[in-house]
Amino acid sequence: MSATLLAIGHIVLALVGAPLLLGIINRTKAVFAGRRGQPVLQPYFDILKLMRKGAVYSSTTTWIFRAGPAVTLAAVLTGLCIVPFAGAKPLLAFQGDLILIAYLLALSRLMTVLAAIDTGSSFEGMGASRELTFSMLAEPALFVGLLALARVTHSLSLDGILYKTGVTGWSIGAPALVAAALFVVFLTENARLPIDDPDTHLELTMIHEVMVLDHGGPDLGLVQCGSALKLWLLGILIVGVASPNLADASLWLREGFAVAGLAALAVLVGIVESFMARMRLMKVPQLLIGAGALSVLAAILVLG
Amino acid sequence: MNDLISILVVVIIMSDFLLLAAGSLRAAVRIIGFQGLALGVLPLCAHQNGLTLRLVAIAILVIILKAVVFPRLLLRSLRESGAPRTITFFVGPVSSLLLGIFVLGSSLWWGYLLPLPERSPYTLAVPMVFFTIVTGLLLLVSRRQALMQVIGYLALENGIYAFGVFFAQSESMLIELGILLDVFVGVFIMGIMVFHISREFDNIESSQLSTLRDWFRGSRRPAGGGGTLR
Repeated sequence: MSATLLAIGHIVLALVGAPLLLGIINRTKAVFAGRRGQPVLQPYFDILKLMRKGAVYSSTTTWIFRAGPAVTLAAVLTGLCIVPFAGAKPLLAFQGDLILIAYLLALSRLMTVLAAIDTGSSFEGMGASRELTFSMLAEPALFVGLLALARVTHSLSLDGILYKTGVTGWSIGAPALVAAALFVVFLTENARLPIDDPDTHLELTMIHEVMVLDHGGPDLGLVQCGSALKLWLLGILIVGVASPNLADASLWLREGFAVAGLAALAVLVGIVESFMARMRLMKVPQLLIGAGALSVLAAILVLG
Repeated sequence: MNDLISILVVVIIMSDFLLLAAGSLRAAVRIIGFQGLALGVLPLCAHQNGLTLRLVAIAILVIILKAVVFPRLLLRSLRESGAPRTITFFVGPVSSLLLGIFVLGSSLWWGYLLPLPERSPYTLAVPMVFFTIVTGLLLLVSRRQALMQVIGYLALENGIYAFGVFFAQSESMLIELGILLDVFVGVFIMGIMVFHISREFDNIESSQLSTLRDWFRGSRRPAGGGGTLR
């Protein structure tokens, strides 16, 4: 019973804490740029502000446009029920749930894309096309990486994979490679900087932002909630892959490690965004295939 | 020791991937130099029966040649040829990377077909060797500049050398030195050739070198003896 309570507590923690990661990223970027920056809690204010507004819908849109943000959010929330936080049992765990997590991410992306296309704007169609191209290339990196870890830990469940990779022989190298590959996937899925600039509104370079341009009010709030939760979800995936085996540590140590890991990841993203320019669109597939190569290498390491 | 070798093997494989993805000649030269460094350290870890003076001497020689002398020579001819610094491709970096992943998979298969003679703990050694050799071949045929072909040749040679490290632990020093000297002379000559080609003609793109003849069918001779395409 208490394990269930703990799992629910972790989901509540995600709901409460996810926008904070965005705040930390923004604050890190501000510090590196020598600015004071917006308040760390600004993403919360933004979401609350949007939630209080009314919605405007174009008459060309159908129910898909309205369902988009909600389904996206729901898919990510379901994902949060599967991915373990701090090594504790997640709400749902079964053999093969690492495939489900990839598909849930795909579902959230699909609904965003469909909602974007539903507006009938060619501009949003362009963003949708880019998003799908890049996510198609990011998927092998995610899948092969997770399968490599499944091979190391002899488990097809995320619960058995994350926080469980011991440190003997090859299994030192493989999780590090997979973590590096997942970091690229993380940046891609969350539309962070070297791949896509979340702050830009220059039409030639936008990928993710362009798809949510027509959402407003509560819908946009849901979209931002969803993207913050996606950041959190993929973040705990990376922290779990990169973490040592903490099965014997005390509860508070594990919780502290996971939270600190997430914060460190956010700071890392902020640093990457401060030091890197946006990549040329043509270069992005190269980076993603490079990440795929890292995953394949990790898989080969654990096979050999 | 075993872990160290594993890490070195992974580093060499990654440097092959980097070579396939490289977009600028300068970066490619740096990567091949780095790969040479990793290869130089390899015999120090791969030996099974004690460090000998011979091994250390070979390691130092290899490091000096592959990690210092070759990159310097290449960077020099790059600087003096005044050629454009970006690599031009017959097969682009994305396709090269995909091919690389495919080749890595197949080299694993070849590695199973052709294991090292004695039961060796380094299961990835032979795949790494094949992968490096094929990467060199890929670079040789898929890049346009003559300098990239020198780098491809170096990668090819690196693979063969790595094979020697694992396979022929007892081969005589004379042969090792002979091979090294061969490669040295090879790179030296190629560096000079690249320099001369670029001084004689407008560019060092090997695809343009097919129009070297004096007589040019159907049109007048292109100015400067070679193509003027950049």
